[in-house]
Amino acid sequence: MTRARSTLSWLPAALAAGFVFLYLPIVLLVLFSFNESRLVTVWAGFSTRWYGELLGNERMLAAAALSLGVAATAATLAGMAGTLAGYALARLGAFALRPLFALLLLVPMVLPEVILGLSMLMTFSALDRLIGWPAERGFLVVALAHATYGTAFVALIVEARLRGMDPALEEAALDLGASPARAFWRVSVPLLAPAIASGWLLAFTLSLDDLVVASFVAGPGATTLPMLVYSSVRLGLSPQINALATILVFAIAMLAFVSVRIDARVRRLST
Amino acid sequence: MTAPWAARTRAMFVGPAFAWLGLTVAAPLGLVFAVSLGEATQGAPPFEWGFSTANYALIFADDLYWGAFLNAARIAGTATLICLAIGYPMALAIARAAPSRRAILLFLVVLPFWTSFLIRVYAWMAMLRPTGLVNGALQGMGLIDEPLGLIANEFAVHLGIVYAYLPFMVLPLYATLERMDPALVEAAHDLGASRTRAFWRVTFPLSLPGVAAGCLLVFIPASGEFVIPDLLGGPDTPMIGRVLWLEFFQNRDWPVACALATTLAALLAVPILIADRLRARAA
Repeated sequence: MTRARSTLSWLPAALAAGFVFLYLPIVLLVLFSFNESRLVTVWAGFSTRWYGELLGNERMLAAAALSLGVAATAATLAGMAGTLAGYALARLGAFALRPLFALLLLVPMVLPEVILGLSMLMTFSALDRLIGWPAERGFLVVALAHATYGTAFVALIVEARLRGMDPALEEAALDLGASPARAFWRVSVPLLAPAIASGWLLAFTLSLDDLVVASFVAGPGATTLPMLVYSSVRLGLSPQINALATILVFAIAMLAFVSVRIDARVRRLST
Repeated sequence: MTAPWAARTRAMFVGPAFAWLGLTVAAPLGLVFAVSLGEATQGAPPFEWGFSTANYALIFADDLYWGAFLNAARIAGTATLICLAIGYPMALAIARAAPSRRAILLFLVVLPFWTSFLIRVYAWMAMLRPTGLVNGALQGMGLIDEPLGLIANEFAVHLGIVYAYLPFMVLPLYATLERMDPALVEAAHDLGASRTRAFWRVTFPLSLPGVAAGCLLVFIPASGEFVIPDLLGGPDTPMIGRVLWLEFFQNRDWPVACALATTLAALLAVPILIADRLRARAA
């Protein structure tokens, strides 16, 4: 307890203030989704009418269905590519061009989204000229663009997990005569499953959330949920958006909770 | 610690991953540069390949463009420092909390990052509008008569960036602070240093790699931010991310948009390479 006493005494207060700052806007957003009034900032009694209207909004439902499909596809692609990439970084030592490899994984995480979105569109446009695909940029194009973005995050999680994991099990499999591919599938991947799952969830939510990249690449036929929300928000505040936000906040909080629990359980088991 | 991997085995893992990254990261960025040398036309797609630096000359001649770069750097820079000032005490408080509590505190920091970015910005629109919750509360308490202009200005953009990127600052700071040996601070106390002195002479210098990582993770994406200046900012301080967006979606000038993207990427190359080195060293 000597450490507790050495703590600067105002730190917990600063932390609490930080949490108020982080959560107050979200709490108010949720609260006002149950507001009777159309004015999103004046309280006029409890009501769930905006949820009803939201569920009757067919454009919103179509966009949500598209976004969920895109997110699942993108997360799955990112999960595969990211696992390979994370494995390469953590286990394969100093392979040729490794610094370039690491840089290419960092770039999509930090580069502004406008650049990523533009670069993806230029690629699809060039491909269309070269091989005639994709003429109409729809579901698959958005999913591929999001997968690129998610790969880096999955790789980061997988790499971190592998660094905390004893390579002896994999080495034992190799010593016992398993081919490297077999050792990877039968030993590494099962051990990594929770990390891959939490990476998948992160890639899924990032895709579900993305406005900028999707706006650049999507053709006129593919309007994702954030694109629809954005165009509606530009026109002004709407209680339907509050209701949608509330649903998303709770759904995503649950996903995040699951992801963190998976991660924590594995850490406990492996240490 | 590395298993005796044969070169062929390595190629089997690295090859596909490298090919994927090459096709999805390197080639697209190369294409942006290639298009930036072209010329806008009326066709579909609306440009012709070329080999001209005219678009770059335009960017450096027109203060609408280079001014937007400067504004973005200034606003992202200030917001990063505010993030550091708020995030550092939070990270330190979590690192010095009881070990059993750290996981949940950290989860509370990360949770907003998982929550939709767009929705978090929307939440601030509801707070800051002239008829919004902040003005309503202040008027209700009789502190102001007229609503304050809290939105559509630089203040709101700073606030939005700090709010949206705070988790990116806290996480790397926490990672360095948590690894730090508490004996070092105790030694400083035993040797007679006050708490403040021990902090500035021991804790803070040792956490500098985390400070640098956090600042870069906030500054780099924030400098190209589109959603925040678009929804919270005003017309008087254009930021480059929004200017690029308008160039593409309103002017439909792909080559100039690509030249802006190339310039922004080139300007960010140095901070990105530093972040890359920091990550390589931390691993």
